[in-house]
Amino acid sequence: MMSLWAVVLLASFGVFAIKLIGYLVPATLLARPTPTRIANLLTVAMLAALVAVQTLGVGQSLVVDARIPAVLIAAGLFALRVPYVVVVLIAGVVAVLLRNFGLMA
Amino acid sequence: MAMSFESKGALRAGLAVGTATAAYGFSFGALSVAAGLTIWQTCVLSLFMFSGGSQFAVVGILASGGVSAGPAAIATSTFLGLRNGIYSLRIAPIIRGSWMKRIAAAQLTIDESTAVSVNQSSMHAQRVGFWATGLAVYIGWNLTTLMGALVGNLLGDVSKLGLDAVAAAAFVGLLWPRLRQLQAAVVAALAAVVATLLIPVAPPGVPVLAAAVVAVVVGFTNWFHRADPVGQPDDTSDPGDVMGMHLAEES
Repeated sequence: MMSLWAVVLLASFGVFAIKLIGYLVPATLLARPTPTRIANLLTVAMLAALVAVQTLGVGQSLVVDARIPAVLIAAGLFALRVPYVVVVLIAGVVAVLLRNFGLMA
Repeated sequence: MAMSFESKGALRAGLAVGTATAAYGFSFGALSVAAGLTIWQTCVLSLFMFSGGSQFAVVGILASGGVSAGPAAIATSTFLGLRNGIYSLRIAPIIRGSWMKRIAAAQLTIDESTAVSVNQSSMHAQRVGFWATGLAVYIGWNLTTLMGALVGNLLGDVSKLGLDAVAAAAFVGLLWPRLRQLQAAVVAALAAVVATLLIPVAPPGVPVLAAAVVAVVVGFTNWFHRADPVGQPDDTSDPGDVMGMHLAEES
């Protein structure tokens, strides 16, 4: 099994190596619509999947708990262009309150 | 060297963006130590990886799957960072000089520095915008990561404090500005469904990774493409709102 340090360093190297691409290869090789579109959509897909897993998953189980209302409220606030810090704090407070009053796990 | 009016504007934009992204750094630091990483490991991610979405992904996947989800965490952060490779194709031609300088430029090639740079018209202002934004974000991001990690270290039980809800909301915040176009919104919805369906059957980390298939298929076929963007157009005049800029559509 990998150590936590190995994960941190390998992942960091991977992300840095990608940033070097443009400085090493001629732009004509990759600056085309399809690779660009796939790269941008990969960001969207990974982030959306992470939202789903962080909201519904606990290990390998699907769990309905205070994270769901917190995330729905957060999405609404982001739509209203409320600043990031305020939104994540409110999401945390919503979850804490729901749990404190025994309304949700 | 005296700076032109445009270059001064690029410098100001860079500093403003650097300040705006610092808040994300604090939440990253706090969530990272809550996920079980040490303060050192947290700071190394900000110093060496230096790409917000990828860093949050590593921490989020390790939080749910532990070290055994390590390979999935590495792959996911790499996929998330692929757009930086596209940005580097845009930035490389304006960077002149030694290899050390180009390696530094590569490390600073992120959403914010690219967005500010490509919004300038003269070559000089593009360079000023790139370096000012990259350095301002790098310094601010790393300082606030350390602060967030130190504060997070003082806090205890994750679930009790609602940090799991904060983590989920943080990903919503990273995703939201990228959903302006129908194609992106469809990919996000499908990716979330794929990941959710796989949670009970695949090891932690794998559901997120598997959602990449959605992006590759839709990106390759260009399904759901629409000429006019949904909702408001990209507001590139606001330097604090560059996270979701669709740089590809301009070329």
